[in-house]
Amino acid sequence: MSKTIMTVDDSASIRQMVGFTLKKEGYSVVEAVDGKDALSKLKGPIHMVITDLNMPNMDGIELIRNIRAQAAYKFIPIIMLTTESQAGKKQEGKTAGATGWIVKPFKPEQLIAVVQKVLR
Amino acid sequence: MAGDDIHRQAFREEADELLMELEASLLELEAQPGNAELINKVFRAMHTLKGSGAMFGFDDIAVFTHDVESVFDRVRNGEITITKRLLDLTLGSCDHIKWLLETPDAANEAENKGPELLAGFRSFLPGQEPQGAPGGTDDAAAPQQELEKVESIYRIRFRPDPMIFSSGSNPALFIEDLGEIGACKAFLYMDKVPPLDEIDPFLCYVWWDVLLRSSERVEEIQDIFAFVEDQCELVIEPIAREDEACESLISKKLGEILVERGDIDPEILNSALSSQKRLGDILTSAGIVSEHQVESALAEQQAAKEFKDRRAPQTPAAASSSIRISAEKLDLLVDLVGELVIVQAQIKQAVAKSGDVFLNSLSEQLERLSDDLRDSTLGIRMLPIGATFNKFRRLVRDLSAELGKEIELVTSGEETELDKTVIERLGDPLVHLLRNSIDHGIESPDERQAKGKPRAGVVSLSAEHSGGEVIIRIADDGAGMDPGRIRAKAVERGLIAPDAELSDKDVYSLIFLPGFSTAEKVTSVSGRGVGMDVVKRAIDQLRGGVEIDSQRDKGSVISIRLPLTLVIINGLQIRIGEEHYVIPLSIVEECVGLSRHGGPADQSQIINLRGESVPFIRLREWFEIEGTPPSIEQIVITSVDGMRVGLVVDNVIGEHQTVIKSLGRIYRDVEGLSGATIKGDGSMALILDVPGLLRAINEQPATYREN
Repeated sequence: MSKTIMTVDDSASIRQMVGFTLKKEGYSVVEAVDGKDALSKLKGPIHMVITDLNMPNMDGIELIRNIRAQAAYKFIPIIMLTTESQAGKKQEGKTAGATGWIVKPFKPEQLIAVVQKVLR
Repeated sequence: MAGDDIHRQAFREEADELLMELEASLLELEAQPGNAELINKVFRAMHTLKGSGAMFGFDDIAVFTHDVESVFDRVRNGEITITKRLLDLTLGSCDHIKWLLETPDAANEAENKGPELLAGFRSFLPGQEPQGAPGGTDDAAAPQQELEKVESIYRIRFRPDPMIFSSGSNPALFIEDLGEIGACKAFLYMDKVPPLDEIDPFLCYVWWDVLLRSSERVEEIQDIFAFVEDQCELVIEPIAREDEACESLISKKLGEILVERGDIDPEILNSALSSQKRLGDILTSAGIVSEHQVESALAEQQAAKEFKDRRAPQTPAAASSSIRISAEKLDLLVDLVGELVIVQAQIKQAVAKSGDVFLNSLSEQLERLSDDLRDSTLGIRMLPIGATFNKFRRLVRDLSAELGKEIELVTSGEETELDKTVIERLGDPLVHLLRNSIDHGIESPDERQAKGKPRAGVVSLSAEHSGGEVIIRIADDGAGMDPGRIRAKAVERGLIAPDAELSDKDVYSLIFLPGFSTAEKVTSVSGRGVGMDVVKRAIDQLRGGVEIDSQRDKGSVISIRLPLTLVIINGLQIRIGEEHYVIPLSIVEECVGLSRHGGPADQSQIINLRGESVPFIRLREWFEIEGTPPSIEQIVITSVDGMRVGLVVDNVIGEHQTVIKSLGRIYRDVEGLSGATIKGDGSMALILDVPGLLRAINEQPATYREN
């Protein structure tokens, strides 16, 4: 069975690029536009979450905390998309329970490398 | 790339929307400059433009937006207040971004307001140097210097934080990742794992010591652990480099390694060393280090040694493990062992007669020793057949080139051992058979293609043990043999009668008859018809057998059965009148009684053995031995070339270690005998060559029947 990855980003182009790249690698993809949307779609088999940090309604940090609070997703890998100017955010994300991060901008190959690193 | 274009287009549309939103927010912000949500919106819009822009190749937008974003980050944090000038600048930058989007190559420098706008923004960022393009991720950073890759051994200690699972990390995956960049040996420590009822399944109790041999640098190894660097204790130490001498490391004592790793103090080591026990045991029993830590440190010594061995392969140590001696010395040794076995058998017989218990136990001891000596001496003569197989690679290559065929030689069972003499004498027959397979068996590439087979033919050469024998098979996936053609040829050559009834197998074995060749044209490779009968004879001389199986268009398989050794065999000793004979035990299947009813005229020459008709031969008659056979004779059932034949003898004496002595020149060609041996009492017994005997009988049926 292919693994399902949820990608959360308010930028449609990033969502498209991430979704496109993951699908090409054979993963199923669930898209969400922000933290709130993501939480409402977080049910069933979600094996991994890739989330942006800066989003309206509910940001990435808050989303990670909420995901970790649910027993079913307590240990799934969560990767955050950060920019190099957000060193502090990265730390905040780790504390909230993020598994790792990808620094924007990134290439599709880097995304896949990170996914394969944490999702086996 | 099409994918890129789709993403770039998506970004353009998104950016247009963002810019419209941004403009609206900025205008609203003019009315209510303190509105935090609006400020956030502006920041996020800039942030997205920067991040996505860089992702899809709009680097100029990313560079430009970076400074705008930084200013708004400060506004967000209350460090800068919104002013009319800031809003003007920001609105100006919206226009600039739009311009950048529409003129991707920024061709028209005169219209480029970027530098002017940036200068304006930078006035809000005191003391900050203008930044270049946003750097990529760690691994996308500026082209890394191509450092010379040198293999090193690293010692990596990885103690994950107990809470590591809560960040969705699986620590075992990092160990797997290490395995992907080099050879690694991981030691798992479970000393911190509590008793079962105290275990919290959400906590990680284990830790690792890993020895890694890799050409990656420390930084690259650290990268593997990047996500958990603050959730673990990670020590990566290079302990040896390929281009450095690692002698110091090999000579490093266990204690030194443990001290270096910080597992023990030097003082503890010294006090421990004053004891006489092995260091590892001392440290373990003293509870200073766990058995595991000792094991891991020992493995490090080992790894360094292996590392060194790899650098200097086949040092004198390897050479001293084998010596070369002349074959004559070896033959002499085998002869002597043979004599010893004979004398031992004589002693055994003499001692058994004397009934002396002490001598008897000595004799038994001698028997055991001479058996061992015989086995190990014969073992010295055993050589793997692989070297012979390898010689054929060149032959196959050259022949297939010469004949314009594509042939692959596949070998298996190279490790199968055979007596040196057998291997030496096997070379020529195998060459003949291989040539035959290549020349007559495998078709030309075009012919093969027409038959729907791969263009390249496969000839496989295999050896395997089967009981006391070795079976060598030469198989090809060629045309196979045509029984009709072989038959026709045999009739034409007068080898068989036109109406002879022969099974396919019998027909195939006709090719072993002298003067037989089925190839339509004679080639330089094979096919003068002098090959196969020579092959058959050579194998017979080795006391082996040869068999052919073939299927049209599927190929042929030639199986050669060979005894393991030619010097000493297990034999069954039998008696006829006063004469003793030995039948090689490898062909004996069973012994049954035969009661004699009626005279010789009544002889049916066939016995019903559990419903199977088995022909038999009266050896007494064949060897013309005087005297009357006992009322109950024995039949030794032998299996020759897959056929069962009974040999009628007076008495079966038993198993006998048979040292084969060849017969003198005069007797060498006697049909049915392959040699002689000396029995325990010093008298002689002849060794029967059963296949030869059967051939001889078949060739002169008239003479035999007259008897």
